[in-house]
Amino acid sequence: MKRTLLTGNAAAAWGARLANVDYIPSFPITPQTEIIESLSEWIDNGEMPGRLVTLESEHSMITAAGSAAATGIRTFSATSSQGLLYGMEMLYTVSGWRAPFVLVNVSRGLSSPITLEPDHNDIFAARDCGFLQIHCASCQEILDSILIAYRLGEDARVRLPVIVNMDGFYLSFTREPVVIPDEESAREFVGNFDPENIHFSASAPESQAVAVLGGGPYSYFRYETHLAAMNGLAAYEEIAEEFGQRFGRSHSAVESYCADDADYLFVMLGSFATKAKEAVDRLRVCGWSIGLVRPRLVRPFPASQLQHLLADRKGIAVIDQNISMGMGGVLHSELATALYGQSGKQPILASFIGALGGRDIAIEEFFEIAEVIKQAASSGVTPPPRLLYTREELREIRKLQAVARAERDELNNNSGHKKGEAQ
Amino acid sequence: MSEKIEKMIRSTRDLPSTHLLGTGTPMCAGCGGLEALNGIYDILGEKTVFVNAAGCMTLLSVYPFTPFRGSWLYTAMASAPAGAQGIRDALDILLEQKRITTDDDLEVVVLTGDGAAYGMGLSATSGAMERNLDFIYVCYDNEGYGNTGQQYSGATPHAAKTATSRGFAGFRGYKKDLFSIWAAHNPAYVATVIGAEPLDLAKKIEKLRGMKGPRMIIALSPCPTGWDFDPRETVHIGQLALKSGIWPLKEYIDGKVTHTKVPRKRVPVEDYLSLQGRFRHLFEPTRNEKLLDEIQARVDSYWEKIEQDEAEK
Repeated sequence: MKRTLLTGNAAAAWGARLANVDYIPSFPITPQTEIIESLSEWIDNGEMPGRLVTLESEHSMITAAGSAAATGIRTFSATSSQGLLYGMEMLYTVSGWRAPFVLVNVSRGLSSPITLEPDHNDIFAARDCGFLQIHCASCQEILDSILIAYRLGEDARVRLPVIVNMDGFYLSFTREPVVIPDEESAREFVGNFDPENIHFSASAPESQAVAVLGGGPYSYFRYETHLAAMNGLAAYEEIAEEFGQRFGRSHSAVESYCADDADYLFVMLGSFATKAKEAVDRLRVCGWSIGLVRPRLVRPFPASQLQHLLADRKGIAVIDQNISMGMGGVLHSELATALYGQSGKQPILASFIGALGGRDIAIEEFFEIAEVIKQAASSGVTPPPRLLYTREELREIRKLQAVARAERDELNNNSGHKKGEAQ
Repeated sequence: MSEKIEKMIRSTRDLPSTHLLGTGTPMCAGCGGLEALNGIYDILGEKTVFVNAAGCMTLLSVYPFTPFRGSWLYTAMASAPAGAQGIRDALDILLEQKRITTDDDLEVVVLTGDGAAYGMGLSATSGAMERNLDFIYVCYDNEGYGNTGQQYSGATPHAAKTATSRGFAGFRGYKKDLFSIWAAHNPAYVATVIGAEPLDLAKKIEKLRGMKGPRMIIALSPCPTGWDFDPRETVHIGQLALKSGIWPLKEYIDGKVTHTKVPRKRVPVEDYLSLQGRFRHLFEPTRNEKLLDEIQARVDSYWEKIEQDEAEK
């Protein structure tokens, strides 16, 4: 099968193109911009139909994406980090409109301090907004997930917008060999968007997103949205199954790697999980019974699959690429929720936080994590959450601070000296 | 709907005798914004989708009822023009793809208060105008954040007492010139209107119906609860806003501003101010001559410039 070298961003653009999207409200932000540049170029050259409009902010962009979807056309958009947060009010708002579209988020650490490199605090800030979430670990997965996301969001049982997430830099700017499905089979798989009752039309007036008074109607609509998201679990399995049959690539809601017989597991999201895979391979060579579990679908949360996959293990290390200040790793607490009260022996569920703002997780750190959960399993005591950071990194920071201090002192001394001269 | 007033509107006799917008809304008695909206909706008609931002009129459509015969979408406070962008683009795409006929096309109308229009939503409005979006923007301007109890906004006039400017001098800022800010974008049309002058309002709405591109309307909306006056005075106060010259009726087309009704013999501004509780501190316990003079002088200087410009033509 022919493979083409594509960045994650280019793969996302291909996903949107093959999904035959009608409309792309956009706004540039690093490291996402290449997606909208690619789409814009294709549209300008007549290589793909559709219309791209640059709004003046992500808040407006998500509003326009929602209102276009609510008018009944297939809509695509993309953002990252600060942009996702700038549009946060509208993420919550448009999901309640129950008009499906796909939004790609290129994960990037949040300010402060301002940075460009990835972690998952941006996408986890959108955890409860009503968008479904698919997290990708490879460029191929990004393209495939966008096709799957349109089927999922547009499914009559679901009717919700979907975020397809990738890590900035590690995927967005990294070229990987990608199979680009031919247009015909992609279109056959995705199908046409049948908006049914989602429209604005003179002959069938409709009030959408009206206010409610009181908790009764409010709860009714909020519960409906939640139940629709939960319907996404079954819908996802069917759609991913069909995708696998058609394209020969499996994208289950939860990926497991060397996990069947493993006593110990790493649990991670996104592209950094490929580093965990490497660690699993190396540890297995040394005789470890260890594997990896990587949820792809994060909303709806595939709790029963995870309960099944994580049951009867000795120790599990959840490596969160996010940090909830004053609490810790978000995925860790979600897994603890899923596992609590299950019958059978509960595994040690240890929390590690790493790879914030693109910080690497070295292979030795995975080895150390494995050792920590092994010891915890034998002692039966869950270790406290650990923030991954090396002595070397701390030394580097101290060095930068010392240099800055020395420079400042020198400047102060010089200017003091001059003052002295003037007197 | 509007078919019956397809003919040119020349006099008040040409205005419809009944309103298209349904009754029984939760707007306050004597709402000047609703008065203006009635006049506007009578002419725009039901082939419209109103895209609303957070404000008093968000409560027009409360599940499961609406006074509109046409469509409605509530967005958020800052981004109603972006909501209009998405709908307009989607309708154009559906038309291009022949998935709908022109009969099903809609006029997209943004409906916001001054809180959104003068402040939080200004960036989205600027963007929509810069993209030459084919839409109508209706701002009902009651000169404060009315729905939250009339705190001052960018539209609040100098010296007005609001829930956040209760001091002896009232609001220390000045009303933002949104008309000029909008006009600086060179949209197809900008106009000021008021419900108390229904013929001028109807003529303007009829005029903009025949145009394409951004068509922007600011309706001064006397607000009995926010401005503190008896609801039966709404029309009277609206007329005094015109006669005193406080609220100039004007329009902008092709780079040119025209005043559609010039108050040749202006009544003193205090005739307008003294009827409203929000300006009572200018008269009681003692008259604040300095502030009254300042307000009068600003109005006088505005019209002197207009009259000068007219004389030079």
